[in-house]
Amino acid sequence: MSDQTTHESKEQPIYLDYSATTPIDPRVVTEMLKYMGPDSSFGNPASRSHSFGWTAEAAVENARKQVADLVGANPKEIIFTSGATESDNLAIKGVAHFNHKRGKHIVTCKTEHKAVLDSCRQLEREGYEVTYLDPMQNGLIDLKVLEDALRDDTTLVSIMHVNNEIGVIQDIEAIGKICRERKIIFHVDAAQSAGKVDINLEELPVDLMSFSAHKIYGPKGIGALYVQRKPRVRLEAQMHGGGHERGMRSGTLATHQIVGMGEAFRIAKEEMVEENKRLLKLRNKLYDGVKDMEEVYVNGDIDHRIAGNINISFNYVEGESLLMALSDLAISSGSACTSASLEPSYVLRALGRNDELAHSSIRFTMGRFTTDEEIDRTIRYVRKAVEKLRELSPLWDMYKDGIDLDSIEWAAH
Amino acid sequence: MAYGEKVLDHYENPRNVGSFDSADNVGTGMVGAPACGDVMKLQIKVSDEGVIEDAVFKTYGCGSAIASSSLLTEWVKGKTLDEAQAIKNTEIAEELALPPVKIHCSVLAEDAINAAVADYKQKNN
Repeated sequence: MSDQTTHESKEQPIYLDYSATTPIDPRVVTEMLKYMGPDSSFGNPASRSHSFGWTAEAAVENARKQVADLVGANPKEIIFTSGATESDNLAIKGVAHFNHKRGKHIVTCKTEHKAVLDSCRQLEREGYEVTYLDPMQNGLIDLKVLEDALRDDTTLVSIMHVNNEIGVIQDIEAIGKICRERKIIFHVDAAQSAGKVDINLEELPVDLMSFSAHKIYGPKGIGALYVQRKPRVRLEAQMHGGGHERGMRSGTLATHQIVGMGEAFRIAKEEMVEENKRLLKLRNKLYDGVKDMEEVYVNGDIDHRIAGNINISFNYVEGESLLMALSDLAISSGSACTSASLEPSYVLRALGRNDELAHSSIRFTMGRFTTDEEIDRTIRYVRKAVEKLRELSPLWDMYKDGIDLDSIEWAAH
Repeated sequence: MAYGEKVLDHYENPRNVGSFDSADNVGTGMVGAPACGDVMKLQIKVSDEGVIEDAVFKTYGCGSAIASSSLLTEWVKGKTLDEAQAIKNTEIAEELALPPVKIHCSVLAEDAINAAVADYKQKNN
């Protein structure tokens, strides 16, 4: 091929948004294809009268075991859903509704995913009371603050394992113990942690846990909810129909999606330790490559953090223009100048970051297919873009002149 | 989001980036707020005849904010103060084909020229 090397500049952007989604691992695609076409095992797992159904059911049960194995659960405790958003909805509304006679108070955190926050908002509209905890500046929950928020009528605590923006890992074991002592049900959104952090539900005091497939190289549109059996956690179904998934989630099981999730979780279990070592090296390399620039801040605790995430604020540079300058990178910003409200990331705000730093934040998330060479290029691009935009920034000039930006009366608009 | 061609052009090749030393014939307008994600600083140098001889800007903000201020410096050069103040945000938005969510960037540019002219007049009345 003569023109193989001539079009280097037209290559795809470097993908550093693995917390948004991941490509499906080719090994997962291969498994999924076995359950789709006319010559495949395409049957409905609920069909009891022929081999198409039996084969599909066996595949689903195998996948259920693979999912359970990654997180130390019993396969019977895994309920398939359409994704972590549905799992969060089912867990939070399902538990709140089932236990409404016991109490109508729920505790969660301001930095949770919208699937949790908006489920709680809905319950508020239904007459429930919700306490939204402020995290500490490093993004972690202060256990004392949590304890103080618990009441006699608290039925549910929902805290995410790993934050999607800043990658910090909460101490779910300690939080779970506090809940157990008070017989409060504890739900954990683990969409960003499964396959990245060790999870052993046999030991952990967690009652409900949400999972997603597409965050760890499985397909989109499939997830699961762990519902503990001993002691049994009861919840009210949100989707009614044929009584699938022990009545907790009706709807024909999506065999190929489920098989894909199972295979993705199997691979994660096998490769997680090695992958984390590699990702940590890449992340440290990226951070080391930019941290000597002035006014660079890491958002969220650097130690209690998954290997593949680094969230950095480049002070005096606005995030959206930085994304524009970094069009060769697929990344995301905590700034949202596109919305009418001009509100920066609610997660960074909850950490007590000032608005400038929140507006200046960029999330880099690395994954299975990120290479060393891509990180080298990323460092070069980022340095160049930040330097260019600081040249343009009146705030940078003021900082350089020693002017305290807080001393100025800005006309908010 | 996708940006229009003209926004990209001004963003990649911003015109008239810089600062003037403060002097009587220089008017400075700084508008916006860091908390809102954009701050524009526009400076004009005015001749004895009241014509804007030169203009420079620095902007902290999104690509559309940078493009709006860059375009503004081109437009005000050679204009009288009154002519410059007559520039409407809608003209800037139209020239750059700003989407509705970015209209506030053009409003900020209009505020910036008004603030710069007001500053100049205050120094020279």
